[in-house]
Amino acid sequence: MNQVQTTELRRQEAAGDAQAARVPAVEVHDLSVAYQKRPVIWGIDFQIPAGKLVGLVGPNGAGKSTLLKAILGLVPPASGWVKIFGRPYDAQRRRLGYVPQRESVDWDFPTSVFDVVLMGRYGHLGLFRRPGKADREMAWECLRRVGMADFAHRQISQLSGGQQQRVFLARALAQDADIYFMDEPLAGVDAATEHAILELLGVLRDQGKTVVVVHHDLQTVSAYFDWVLLLNMRLVACGPTKDVFTPENLQKTYGGRLTVLAHTAHTVSPA
Amino acid sequence: MGNLLLDPNFRWVLAGSLLLGASSGAIGAFCLLRKRSLMGDVLAHAALPGVGAAFLLTGSKEPLPLLAGAAVSGIAGTWCVDFITRHSRVKEETALGLVLSVFFGIGVVLLTWIQRRGFAGQSGLDSFLFGQSAAMVRQDVVTIAVVSAVLVAAVALLYKELKLLCFDPAFGAGLGLPMRFVDGVLTALIVLAVVIGLQAAGVVLTAALLVTPAVAARYWTRRLPVMLVLSGLFGAASGAAGTVASAVGPRLPTGPLIVLAATALFLVSLVAAPERGLLARGWRRWRLRRKAARPDLGSRGGQGGAR
Repeated sequence: MNQVQTTELRRQEAAGDAQAARVPAVEVHDLSVAYQKRPVIWGIDFQIPAGKLVGLVGPNGAGKSTLLKAILGLVPPASGWVKIFGRPYDAQRRRLGYVPQRESVDWDFPTSVFDVVLMGRYGHLGLFRRPGKADREMAWECLRRVGMADFAHRQISQLSGGQQQRVFLARALAQDADIYFMDEPLAGVDAATEHAILELLGVLRDQGKTVVVVHHDLQTVSAYFDWVLLLNMRLVACGPTKDVFTPENLQKTYGGRLTVLAHTAHTVSPA
Repeated sequence: MGNLLLDPNFRWVLAGSLLLGASSGAIGAFCLLRKRSLMGDVLAHAALPGVGAAFLLTGSKEPLPLLAGAAVSGIAGTWCVDFITRHSRVKEETALGLVLSVFFGIGVVLLTWIQRRGFAGQSGLDSFLFGQSAAMVRQDVVTIAVVSAVLVAAVALLYKELKLLCFDPAFGAGLGLPMRFVDGVLTALIVLAVVIGLQAAGVVLTAALLVTPAVAARYWTRRLPVMLVLSGLFGAASGAAGTVASAVGPRLPTGPLIVLAATALFLVSLVAAPERGLLARGWRRWRLRRKAARPDLGSRGGQGGAR
């Protein structure tokens, strides 16, 4: 099957999924993960409808990254299951895109920006096969979408933090996924990059994609996301931002850290 | 030297150490980028008891059984490291040091015991300690050639997967690629590279064959394919230089000479490589300082930076 057919088929599939009685893009049931018998996330239940821009919010050590990794099948769950568009994720892997934390890789690795973006195509290629012309064109397209085409042949060690983040985004775009999971894509980037990234996330959402973003800045949650997941080992709340992002829920999520709450109270929408 | 090259035996030895250096160099590049430099050292040291055990079992010094024994005990060593770090609070580097010395100790005891007992045909086993490529015969070289071919073929076949494994394994797993399998393949390749290096370089120094050419190559390039080729070339050059020196010189063990040759290449790279080398860095710093000291150029530089 060629590239165009595959893409077309998947588009129809996605449209079919959306029509099929609004199957949630992500459905998580009773999900628990433990590292060395110490629970990191516990009994998580939630559903995320397709086409939402979702903020995943919680204090340090709340298990946000672990939740993403568990949904992507990167850490084994102690209990529970995950369904993507109503089916187990093993069958749906190629529909999931992933942006790991920027610090998780060695940026001194001997490779170019273009090669990193091309890695987004590896999942479609499978073992042994080399990227072809269509993959290269797609990588160029993704670099253009994040405004990094001029940097294609740069060594990755020469990039600023914001540029590194854009490269990771381009790589995720090259995955051509339906649901994206992004681990702190806005951490440590300048205002211009933050704006550019948000714009891109909006475009993805408008194309019907679902984007889940780990986010730390409580001030901007209401402005950026239409759906919020509050997590602190257990799920505190999950739903539309205006219903869920309330002082009571934040109190539950962040416990007694009132300074944080006092600071952000005015940005929180009235319940 | 000219006479040496006419000696068919020496030509075999030279071919063996060239191939050996090239393949270990190429695998070593991935070993380095995967941050597993110490693993080669553990594998090599842990291989020693296997060599002794294989000799006791088969009573011969055929390369295949000895190398199989080395591989088995080497893998057992890395498995111990894995087990210790997983099931105790001991950190990986501590476990590496622990396992390396215990296995090496057992190996030395075993080999000494074999020597004392005076088994028939045991002489030469001790060359596994520091390496004696002059002891290589045609059969050894054929083994090395076959294994080297396997290593190069595996790297060519799994190039993109190995690159992904070294750069961002979590992302690779997220793509649905079998990163654990690829990691296992890389470990197997490292085992093979170490095991064929044992006879020439010895358990103590084989790891340097993996690490040193790769570190040197890293200085000269920012591109992984170039780094692989360069690391292989550096490895081959060190292998050849060490072998020649050991044949010409007063019966020096080959392993240390190969390592010294590789280290010389590394030192040259450290100092003279463009961009990353010490000279290039010093030159850049000096030019920058001079620029900053001249106000007219300094302000123009400032504008350029703000662009």
